[in-house]
Amino acid sequence: MTYFITQSLNGLFSAALLFLIASGLTLTFGVMRIVNIAHGSFYMLGVYVAYSVITRTGSLLLATAVAVVVVGAVGFVMQRLFLRRFASQPLAQMMMTMGCALFFRDAALMIWGGDPFTLAYPAALRGSLEAGEIVFPWYRLFVIAVAALVGVGLWILNDHTLVGARLRATVDDPEMAAATGINVALLSGCVFAAGAGLAALGGVMGGPIIGGYAGMDVDLLPLAFVVVIVGGMGSLKGALVGAVAVGMIDNFGKALVPELSYFTLFAPMVIVLAIKPTGLYGRA
Amino acid sequence: MSARREGPALLILGAILIVGPPFLSSYWVGLLTQMVILAILAMSLDILLGYTGLPSLGHAAVFGVAAYAVAVLSTRYQAGFWTTVACGILAGTLLSAAVGLIVSHVRDVYFLMITLAWGMVLWGLSYRWIPVTGGDNGISGIPRLEAHAGLPMTGPIPFYYVTLLVFAACAILMALLVRSPFGLTLRGIRDNEARMKSLGFNTWLHCYLSYVLAGAFASVSGVVWAYYNGFVSPTYLDLTASSELFLMVTLGGPATLVGPVLGAGAIVLLKNVISAYTARWLLILGVVYIITILAAPQGLWNLGRRRSG
Repeated sequence: MTYFITQSLNGLFSAALLFLIASGLTLTFGVMRIVNIAHGSFYMLGVYVAYSVITRTGSLLLATAVAVVVVGAVGFVMQRLFLRRFASQPLAQMMMTMGCALFFRDAALMIWGGDPFTLAYPAALRGSLEAGEIVFPWYRLFVIAVAALVGVGLWILNDHTLVGARLRATVDDPEMAAATGINVALLSGCVFAAGAGLAALGGVMGGPIIGGYAGMDVDLLPLAFVVVIVGGMGSLKGALVGAVAVGMIDNFGKALVPELSYFTLFAPMVIVLAIKPTGLYGRA
Repeated sequence: MSARREGPALLILGAILIVGPPFLSSYWVGLLTQMVILAILAMSLDILLGYTGLPSLGHAAVFGVAAYAVAVLSTRYQAGFWTTVACGILAGTLLSAAVGLIVSHVRDVYFLMITLAWGMVLWGLSYRWIPVTGGDNGISGIPRLEAHAGLPMTGPIPFYYVTLLVFAACAILMALLVRSPFGLTLRGIRDNEARMKSLGFNTWLHCYLSYVLAGAFASVSGVVWAYYNGFVSPTYLDLTASSELFLMVTLGGPATLVGPVLGAGAIVLLKNVISAYTARWLLILGVVYIITILAAPQGLWNLGRRRSG
């Protein structure tokens, strides 16, 4: 039972990271219909930027802020320069993001080198929660809380603010939204930047445990995609449900049959697609 | 199709491929062999991407599985040549047949994401399933094709001509395929699936068969590649491999079989030339990607004419 609870908490931690990353991916897809191959790169850049800040200042908080802003800005520029001109050409956009992903990957290797590292734990969050036989690190609980806060924040933003209403209008019908005076181009740029920022946040939050290493971008990408496919592309609720499902399955899969860890992810995706091709909460 | 332009270009291309090698150094023969093998793979992706409109990002995985099948059978089980080749092609094809059952239901970005995800699953297997695949080290010691097949001659040039023969057979088969009524139906589905459905075509079955056939040709390419390199490793299946492949087709020109051949040649050449000077191949590849999409989104072969076929 203790084993089960510990593994569930670990699964929830993975789910929290996945939700941070996948929510950005699903937002981008919902508004722009872009399959963003570079999303894993944003996650990677987040950790690397944070690493640079943290080795100089030692503050995880500052590192998080800088990473989110810098990567968000990179996303904004990328959308403005390279993606906007290919609106409604999903394949060209996808290839553009792929070109950028390859570029970011090698650029990161060039700037930061290929040595793996982990970020330092923040001093306040060292140690573990001990309740009976269950021992669980505070930091992991903190990440779960951060993801929950971000989730609530996104939900309020999306469902209860004017910006959210504009966003939803753009998701439903970009042309009509533009006709009512919504600046769709600017909104798209901001959503893309926010998605990149969220991925970077996920990267930094996972930093003390997963850290940074060459190839982390492509390690993560399929996980984020599976989350979004299972949950339904463009749906925040779907990203949440998908993240929890994938986090749990991946965690228990790795613990029980380590060789087939990737395979255990494929099964739920296949089942969901067979029953509902647009994902649990997706719309056709 | 622009048969008038394709004819002479094909003749020149064919002549270079047939006559060239004996006059070239072994380095260039090696490069040419790589180009020809990957051209088969690029053409097979073109059937999916260009002709059927199904953007597969997991195509390198099929290629990799076939290569792994060759490696495992020839080194661990000392299987004979024909058994190895047949099992290699079967492995990739059957896998495509199984996966195709799922992916043929979806289109566009969904197809892309699902093929990417399952390609990564296979990559993960090749990387983590160490008892069978050797993990990161891969499997080495695949016998030379000439020796394994019992050919009287050995060396890069005989190997090249064997490869060229396989390439020619595959190219002819694929050219017949895309010009057949079946191929025309695929293009119809690409352009307007709803209409094809209402005309009574079973579009699911057409997409499925397209996926399986593309997988079969990719497997052939994987088998030859395993023999060419003498070893297999997870890099055959990774996202970079699939991206390079995707670029070969897009750079050359989707929905033309000649385009991907040129694309494969260009990428292999670029990769080898650049690798001689710098380790920044991925950076360059990314830039080539971006330039291609900006400057020649329909591919080099389609430059200067409106898209047809």
